[in-house]
Amino acid sequence: MQASDRFNINSQLEHLQAKYVGTGHADLNRFEWAVNIQRDSYASYIGHYPMLAYFSIAENESIGRERYNFMQKMLLPCGLPPERDED
Amino acid sequence: MDAIDAELARAQEERKKMEEALAAGAPMAVSSVTFDTDLYGGGGSDPNRFAGYDTSIPASEDDAPEDDSEAAVNPAARRLASYTGHAVAAADIPRAAEDDGLPKKSQRIIDREDDYRRRRLARIISPERHDPFAAGEATPDPSVRTYADAMRENDLQKQKEQLLRDIAQKKKEEEEKAKEKKAVPEQQPVAAPKRRNRWDQSQDGDASAAAGSKKAKTSSDWDAPDATPGIGRWDATPGRVGDATPSVRRNRWDETPTPGRMADADATPAAGGITPGATPSGAWDATPKLPGGLVTPTPKKQRSRWDETPASMGSATPGGTGAATPAGYTPGPTPFGGDNLATPTPGQIASRGPMTPEQYQLLRWERDIEERNRPLTDEELDTMFPQEGYKILEPPASYQPIRTPARKLLATPTPLGTPLYAIPEENRGQQFDVPKELPGGLPLMKPEDYQYFGTLLNEEEEEQLSPEEQKERKIMKLLLKVKNGTPPQRKTALRQLTDKAREFGAGPLFNKILPLLMQPTLEDQERHLLVKVIDRVLYKLDELVRPFVHKILVVIEPLLIDEDYYARVEGREIISNLSKAAGLATMIAAMRPDIDNIDEYVRNTTARAFSVVASALGIPALLPFLKAVCQSKKSWQARHTGIKIVQQIAILMGCAVLPHLKSLVEIIEHGLSDENQKVRTITALSLAALAEAAAPYGIESFDTVLKPLWKGIRSHRGKVLAAFLKAIGFIIPLMDALYASYYTKEVMQILIREFQSPDEEMKKIVLKVVKQCVSTEGVEADYIRNDILPEFFRHFWVRRMALDRRNYKQLVETTVEMANKVGVADIVGRIVEDLKDESEPYRRMVMETIEKVVANLGASDIDARLEELLIDGILYAFQEQTSDDANVMLNGFGAVVNALGQRVKPYLPQICGTIKWRLNNKSAKVRQQAADLISRIAIVMKQCQEEQLMGHLGVVLYEYLGEEYPEVLGSILGALKAIVNVIGMTKMTPPIKDLLPRLTPILKNRHEKVQENCIDLVGRIADRGAEFVPAREWMRICFELLEMLKAHKKGIRRATVNTFGYIAKAIGPQDVLATLLNNLKVQERQNRVCTTVAIAIVAETCSPFTVLPALMNEYRVPELNVQNGVLKSLSFLFEYIGEMGKDYIYAVTPLLEDALMDRDLVHRQTAASAVKHMALGVAGLGCEDALVHLLNYVWPNIFETSPHVINAVMEAIEGMRVALGPAVILNYCLQGLFHPARKVREVYWKIYNSLYIGAQDALVAAYPALDDDGDNIYSRPELAMFV
Repeated sequence: MQASDRFNINSQLEHLQAKYVGTGHADLNRFEWAVNIQRDSYASYIGHYPMLAYFSIAENESIGRERYNFMQKMLLPCGLPPERDED
Repeated sequence: MDAIDAELARAQEERKKMEEALAAGAPMAVSSVTFDTDLYGGGGSDPNRFAGYDTSIPASEDDAPEDDSEAAVNPAARRLASYTGHAVAAADIPRAAEDDGLPKKSQRIIDREDDYRRRRLARIISPERHDPFAAGEATPDPSVRTYADAMRENDLQKQKEQLLRDIAQKKKEEEEKAKEKKAVPEQQPVAAPKRRNRWDQSQDGDASAAAGSKKAKTSSDWDAPDATPGIGRWDATPGRVGDATPSVRRNRWDETPTPGRMADADATPAAGGITPGATPSGAWDATPKLPGGLVTPTPKKQRSRWDETPASMGSATPGGTGAATPAGYTPGPTPFGGDNLATPTPGQIASRGPMTPEQYQLLRWERDIEERNRPLTDEELDTMFPQEGYKILEPPASYQPIRTPARKLLATPTPLGTPLYAIPEENRGQQFDVPKELPGGLPLMKPEDYQYFGTLLNEEEEEQLSPEEQKERKIMKLLLKVKNGTPPQRKTALRQLTDKAREFGAGPLFNKILPLLMQPTLEDQERHLLVKVIDRVLYKLDELVRPFVHKILVVIEPLLIDEDYYARVEGREIISNLSKAAGLATMIAAMRPDIDNIDEYVRNTTARAFSVVASALGIPALLPFLKAVCQSKKSWQARHTGIKIVQQIAILMGCAVLPHLKSLVEIIEHGLSDENQKVRTITALSLAALAEAAAPYGIESFDTVLKPLWKGIRSHRGKVLAAFLKAIGFIIPLMDALYASYYTKEVMQILIREFQSPDEEMKKIVLKVVKQCVSTEGVEADYIRNDILPEFFRHFWVRRMALDRRNYKQLVETTVEMANKVGVADIVGRIVEDLKDESEPYRRMVMETIEKVVANLGASDIDARLEELLIDGILYAFQEQTSDDANVMLNGFGAVVNALGQRVKPYLPQICGTIKWRLNNKSAKVRQQAADLISRIAIVMKQCQEEQLMGHLGVVLYEYLGEEYPEVLGSILGALKAIVNVIGMTKMTPPIKDLLPRLTPILKNRHEKVQENCIDLVGRIADRGAEFVPAREWMRICFELLEMLKAHKKGIRRATVNTFGYIAKAIGPQDVLATLLNNLKVQERQNRVCTTVAIAIVAETCSPFTVLPALMNEYRVPELNVQNGVLKSLSFLFEYIGEMGKDYIYAVTPLLEDALMDRDLVHRQTAASAVKHMALGVAGLGCEDALVHLLNYVWPNIFETSPHVINAVMEAIEGMRVALGPAVILNYCLQGLFHPARKVREVYWKIYNSLYIGAQDALVAAYPALDDDGDNIYSRPELAMFV
């Protein structure tokens, strides 16, 4: 950790990671970042009722079904994680 | 050997020669005396002696030490003075604190501890215990100490103490009996008056006397909580004592009084066993002089010291009772026969009378100290010194060894004493004078450290040591660094200890750390550091600490009763961590034996430690255990401690006990009817603590204890009663109004009875309980007025109560509480006459009460008559005061006058007369008070339309502006300010145009109070009445104000800066600005910072466009300080003007461009913070183009490493996020999130994270579209939907 981080919020990086799951770090790979993006997106759709209503009209589903679908998609939104190459 | 002999001979020869020369009177040549050249230098011949020293002392103290981290990271930044928040904050720290020039107080913990706390040193760090969790099913190795061992040992200890006590008791009784027997034949003929003196209790005959004394004895036995009932009083054989007596008596009489014997006589009286304070002579004549009536027939007093001797003799005779002491006290160990009587060895004292636990403790101590301080024997010396190179010399013929028996006796090692543990192979490498330079960059050792760290001095080859020893050495080195090292050393050592904790292992670590904490010379700082080590290590070791739990507790528990708050907190933290690491079962197993330890100190600290465990692991976990302990049948100590744990839990956890309140109360309730008085007392105190913690809830939990408590107060007396009353006092406020009223009436009878108790403690508790009862809803005012008040005032409102600080406070509080119920008139009416009492402390107490009552409730209750009395009394008390440091009289006067408001009008001339007279007093304090009083009553004077009077006072004050005492001058200025505030600028007399020029020179005064009041007054005038004063005068003041920016007190600097704003508004910004811009060139940083703030304020008050051109022009001055000052001003400016900034952003952008590209870090830092404020101010006002442009200049700075710079840059980017939206910043970020260089990625992720935290939701729309990757679908098709 740099000396400069001592004064700002990054000083508690671990704590930050625990509190905000979506925060990243230098070793984050494409897949992990994408998962965060997907989950954030679905959470946002569910959280904004007008968005949900819009999607349900577009997909011709009920709002409740749409919300359920989005929540289900938050599990493994991008499929299984790719094999980590050990190096 | 021969060589040594020869050398010795030579040295002796030389010395003899020298002595002869001296005797012959030969002058000694000074030059011939050799100095230690290492110490004193080479006598001026060496020119390089002062090479390492500074040859001059820097003239200015400007270069303050920089933040070390900054210096480490960026040496360039160190050279540059930077304007940063941290430095500004640091400048506000009062500087007087560090260098007040007082001699440094002793830092050692032991120096501020009382005897009770010092008992921590008497505890023994117990060996580690068996850990059943680690061992699993295996039976513990017999060499390992198990829980059972600890319990058994504790039991044994208890039995031992009990036995000792029994023996002492028996002995005493034997003595008494012998005395009773002898008293008849011997005392009668000798001294008749003496006898009357001692026996007057029993009128007739010896038999009844004996019976009487016996009765007294037994009753006192039962009263004393510690006493064991059923002493075998009749077991003693009467014959033996009788036999012993005559010879001994003769012996004693014949003896000349040696000091030792005096000490013996001193020690004999039974009162305390040992009363070192009593002088022998006093003790001898004390008895006959006492009037008969005063001598109470307690058994202790009855015993004559003449009769005492046989018993103590008994201990000395072999085969006597002394031999029976199982403790291994010296049973006549010395060959001196009767002589040893003269010296009271601990053993003798022990066998002489009953001893309190404190004395046992003392004894244990003494034994220990003697063991440690005994002279070294020849064998020990042999092991210490090398065989080679030393020769044992014959003692000189003139040497006389000490033959005084007393000292000799002490010197003899006690045969039965256990030999202390000695480390035979240890080579302490003792350094007696100069601390040796330590190898390997270790910090210096203090003399007392050698005991622990001495082995580090042996520079043996590390390879020769076994791995274990090497490890130990490593630990010791690290510990020494932590304890005595410099901060960086300490930091690294602490980190190493933490990191390698598991590698070192719990055993070696704690075996080294814990003894250090028991070091008697430990200082606060050292203890803090070592405790920190334990804390860190604990965290790492986790379950490995289990065997060491008790050890650690022995060392840490004393912290829980330390007087220092932070030490207590630290102790709690450690114990809490310890219990989390070791688990409940281990904690209980470790502490259970201590719960009924014979030593009250141990029980006390254990109870506190248990409460910490409860707070760490939750109360429910501990409840079953507590229940069992509180019901212990075996010993009252266990019950006592158990109940005390509940009390400590309540104190520690506060309202967190509420969920478990019922069970906690149930656990302890039976203690109210315990057979032991101490248990009853602590139970009541625990209930009080629980009720206090639970307030205002939880009354239903106390239902079961109400009856015993209320019945208890009728049957108990003294301490128990006080405790019961305390519990009731805390429970009543929880009750419903109806019940509270009923129960209050019940308890009030007892309280009123106890009003007259002479006991101070009882008084305080009664006052407190009355306060609690009275403040409870449901207790009627009438009841208080009729039933409580008369008695209350009769007993408590007496002069004596004012003398004790705590009584005083409690009484005032209680009376104020009563006034809240019964009204002002009742209370004030009763005490108003006392304002004219002759005792000043009492008057002060009355005044404080009146002040509080009137401030709370106003004065509408007070009728005309009382009003007159009150003003009269207050004037009297105010004038008669001789010392008033707490300003009680002044505050009281102010409060009453303000409460009465317009009703004071008739008295104002009189009050002002007093004030005027006192303003002219020769005592500075009186003058100051008079001036202060004016500022307090100015508002009321205005209400009474006494403007003329105020004008008059204004003139008077104006005339006193020549006052030379700064404190008084400050008050006078304050009074003037109050008057100006109230009557306004136009009506003020003297007129403002005369007043202000008089204030200008006072601005030069460096006294803080004067400065503050003066700048306030000037600022006020500048704000409201600037037009009364010519512009030239204001400019003059501006120059004075610049000096004021140096003030230590922040309030003064703030007032000064604001005054600049007012003045600029009054006379236009140009001249003021010119002055301020010039001031940017000064050297002193604080001055420049304040100037920049002042510029910003001027800009704010006079609109930025009046200031900006000149300011930006100033940036062209090629001088670092000036340019930075301008940037800083801009930063403040945009912070203050907020959204007004949108009109100026385009004007300053080129300047900021330049600054953000400057080579100087501080330029960029300050410009970045200006950009931040600007961005935040204009967010949403359509200045995005300029902001993006600036962002392009800010962005390249993200790789800066200097903390202040990077902080400013990150904050600027945050500001941009707000102004431009997160999407823009995200797009800046994307380029670096997956950069091949980790350093780059780290920075970009840092920016991303703060962006994400700031605008998580808004980013959803802005995330890049990622391409799918095999099985992984990264696309977000929902966003592409279109209806």
